[in-house]
Amino acid sequence: MKLTQISIFLENRKGRLYEVCSLLGKHKINIRALTVAESEQFGILRIVVDKPEETAAILKKNGFVASLTEIVAVEVADKPGGLAEILKVFSQSNINVEYMYGFVEKKSDKAMLVFRFDEPDKAIALLKKKKIKVIGRKEMGDL
Amino acid sequence: MIWNEKMECMDLEDLKNVQSDRLKDITDYVYQRSPVYKKKFDAVGVKPWEIKSIGDIKKLPFTVKEDLRDNYPFGLFSVPSKELAEIHVSSGTTGNPTVVGYTKDDLKLWGEVMARALCCAGAKPQDKIQIAYGYGLFTGGLGFHYGAMEMGLSIIPASSGQTKRQLKIMTDFKPRILACTPSYALYMAEEAKEMGIKLRDSSWEIGIFGAEPWSESMRKEIESTWNMLATDVYGLSEIIGPGVAQECQHKNGLHLFSDVFYPEIIDSKTGHLVKEGNKGELVITTLTKRGIPLLRYRTRDIVSIKYEKCKCGRTSPRISKITGRTDDMIIVRGINVFPSQIEHVLLGIEGTLPHYQLIVDRKANDLDELEIMVEVDQKIFSDEIKELRAFEEKIKKEIESVLGVFVKVKLVEPKTIERSEGKAKRVVDKRVI
Amino acid sequence: MDINFWDKEIETIDKAALKALQLKRLKETVSYALKTTFYKSRLKKAGINSSDDIKHWEDYKKIPLTTKDDLRECYPNGLLAVDMQEVVRLHTSSGTTGTPTVIYHTKSDINHWAELVARSIVATGATNKDVFQNMMSYGMFTGGLGLHYGAEKVGMTVIPMGGGNTKRQIQLMKDFGSTVLHVTPSYILHIHSKLEECGVGLNDLKLKKAYLGAEPYSENTRKKVEHLFKMDVYNSYGLSEMNGPGVAFECVHKCGMHVWEDTYLLEVVDPKTGGSLGEDKEGEIVLTNLNRRATPLLRYRTRDIAFIYKGLCGCKRTHRRISRITGRTDDMLIINGVNVYPSQIEEVIMRIPEVGTNYQIYLEKEGTLDKLIVKVEIYSKMFRGDISEIDALKSRIIEELRASIIIHPTVELHEPGALPVFEGKAKRVVDNRVKL
Repeated sequence: MKLTQISIFLENRKGRLYEVCSLLGKHKINIRALTVAESEQFGILRIVVDKPEETAAILKKNGFVASLTEIVAVEVADKPGGLAEILKVFSQSNINVEYMYGFVEKKSDKAMLVFRFDEPDKAIALLKKKKIKVIGRKEMGDL
Repeated sequence: MIWNEKMECMDLEDLKNVQSDRLKDITDYVYQRSPVYKKKFDAVGVKPWEIKSIGDIKKLPFTVKEDLRDNYPFGLFSVPSKELAEIHVSSGTTGNPTVVGYTKDDLKLWGEVMARALCCAGAKPQDKIQIAYGYGLFTGGLGFHYGAMEMGLSIIPASSGQTKRQLKIMTDFKPRILACTPSYALYMAEEAKEMGIKLRDSSWEIGIFGAEPWSESMRKEIESTWNMLATDVYGLSEIIGPGVAQECQHKNGLHLFSDVFYPEIIDSKTGHLVKEGNKGELVITTLTKRGIPLLRYRTRDIVSIKYEKCKCGRTSPRISKITGRTDDMIIVRGINVFPSQIEHVLLGIEGTLPHYQLIVDRKANDLDELEIMVEVDQKIFSDEIKELRAFEEKIKKEIESVLGVFVKVKLVEPKTIERSEGKAKRVVDKRVI
Repeated sequence: MDINFWDKEIETIDKAALKALQLKRLKETVSYALKTTFYKSRLKKAGINSSDDIKHWEDYKKIPLTTKDDLRECYPNGLLAVDMQEVVRLHTSSGTTGTPTVIYHTKSDINHWAELVARSIVATGATNKDVFQNMMSYGMFTGGLGLHYGAEKVGMTVIPMGGGNTKRQIQLMKDFGSTVLHVTPSYILHIHSKLEECGVGLNDLKLKKAYLGAEPYSENTRKKVEHLFKMDVYNSYGLSEMNGPGVAFECVHKCGMHVWEDTYLLEVVDPKTGGSLGEDKEGEIVLTNLNRRATPLLRYRTRDIAFIYKGLCGCKRTHRRISRITGRTDDMLIINGVNVYPSQIEEVIMRIPEVGTNYQIYLEKEGTLDKLIVKVEIYSKMFRGDISEIDALKSRIIEELRASIIIHPTVELHEPGALPVFEGKAKRVVDNRVKL
């Protein structure tokens, strides 16, 4: 149930983000979710796509440094309080959230949250227990 | 005031005789006591008794930095290490630093030449001196300290850094002499302005600046900013430290104390002497050192030399300001850094060498900054910002631990650093000195 | 055990002669002190107008105690007893905030200081055949130059390394065959933790002795260092007001540090009353420098707590021994051998508008070294959501602190209200360090 996210190293230079997105667009790769983590000197662009391995290969071929990371995508009701409910589950457990970001799905009234957990398998087990929907690869493709 | 009139104002013919006697003595001394020198002499087929006068110096082989490196730590010394009273260490080109050492007599010599330098710059007995060169293994601080002790000056051993304190020391104790790097003098000016200090009223009347190259325009800036006389001092730890040459108040070349440090200017490619007045590589022979005397040591500094007597009365030859280097060494805030040392550290961290480049710049505040650009590759990259930052920190810490220099690290994308056909351009020096 | 003396006559001087010598020197010191603006009025108020008013050895008690605040008030020239032209060296205390203090030295003061250090070195059994690596900072810190001069007098080969550059320290110990070190306890332990990383084992080193000082440490830590390095460790005590290192040092018996009583009139007093406590009782060390011309200091309260050992040491030196320093009477902190007052940190925090007035000073160990963490709260009005701004603020706070306290702190930015608030006197300093 774990998904693969691509992390790309970008300097804080004008146009870098545009270049990546334009490259992906050229190869008809659909971005499902994205976030940019910034520091003073550089940033890390994190994207969730339907074909991660292929995408990573394209990026590397074009001179980008990209790595693959396991993440967990969770579905939540797109209404106020939706996120807080999910986070309640984890604040009461021992599982650490390294980072997270959210995306609104256009096909339904749900929102998607992407989590990077220090222990993704444990997190998935816990989510299943609480009957919270975890988005799988196939479903990611249908979104 | 001239510290040692006998030696510093000696008639050139008499000086030649003194130099000849000393050269004979020192070649004999090293031949007997240093197996490395004996080997060098034998390799070119010269014996000490063939050295009859100072002119015969050209029969002797050169000594280069690699000789010190290859014989690390004490192989090139002429005395057993336990006879050394003090040891100093400076940058080596790769892993090992360069070791220099002083017997008790060498320390006296150092005090003597530094006293000469202080007087040459215009110091008077009973002056107060603020020594803002680093104290420790770097020869700057202790060198000035020994010279000031010899002269009987009041010493404020401020060492380097802590700018607010330096300025407080200046306002509270009113030292007449300031000794530090020229860029630091300008840096302190910036800070002083912020502190509301009246720069032109400062107690500093004479500055003795060195350890890094600096231009005439920088001198003018320091002099007008601080209303002080800014003089140039030259030295290198392999020879003795500071105290090899010093500008007098006429600021027309640095007087090189040739009765103890004999200079030659050579064409660095051929090894032959250049015409008098032309630029070339400065080669120095220590005529009286006992611990680690060096014969015809190639300094890799490019200068020109002139022999006419100076208006101050000293007959010692005068070298120009250093106009360049024959190697790729850079000086950052007075510290010598070889790009190969940085490479050595990076290799040690990563296992393989990432593409890197050193960018040296001097910002508006007049302090040198060394930035290491490192290309991120698959191996280095991590999904987490904190890991990338930890990697940056590691490089900074390692370099500080080994070289004593503080650097900035900039991670860049692949192919950011220009690739070249031949030797990689390791250093981009943006400073306009 | 072979006992070596640098100056046997003085070091084994009999008690009566020592007292006579102290009296003679006290009278001379009082004469010099009366030349200073500070002591002129201070001593006159106590009824001392000339050295004639000191007739007997016990008369030192007539002299009022001198404090650090007195030294601050005298800055810069209040305690100078000679012409500035006779001064060859001055050492100021660290930091620019608050008022610093300064000690001046004439040529003979420096020479005498070096003599005391030479005595101390020889008392530990070191000789001119030793290779001495001085790991204490040079410059204004008296630890560097202080031992340097003494070691050169003894004729050792001196490596003026200063602090930091751990890999270089280890490399030089190995390549130069250093046999004697001068270092802080936390740093020597730190060095040990890095040996393996540097590929250096004990067999590669020739260490015989280490002089540990500048921060308090226990007997257990001494034994630990001795065990880890297979060398002898000697305790060293000094303070810049009394020159620097060389005030008291352990001999080969390692049972208390001999205070060189021909130079220092030693007392232990009750910190509250100032009354004399005699031997064997813990109290505040008070010292009078009997042999310094430029900056005489009489009955100076060191704020260090220790006791004087009764009885004679096995080495037969008649100079009495003091115990380890067991504490301070003020709030001064010692962080990796550097003295830091919480007020220095507070002064910096208050100057920075982007952080609030609630702050905390945390001390903990990072490996064997001390780590200083200054926790501050961000003013919500100043936060704009930009990481680089936060980073810049942190850097600024660190730079300002460094300029004041010299050492490099870690700064933590917290949300408003995150740090605890205390009623009454705030508990600003939390010292979680395991005592060495």
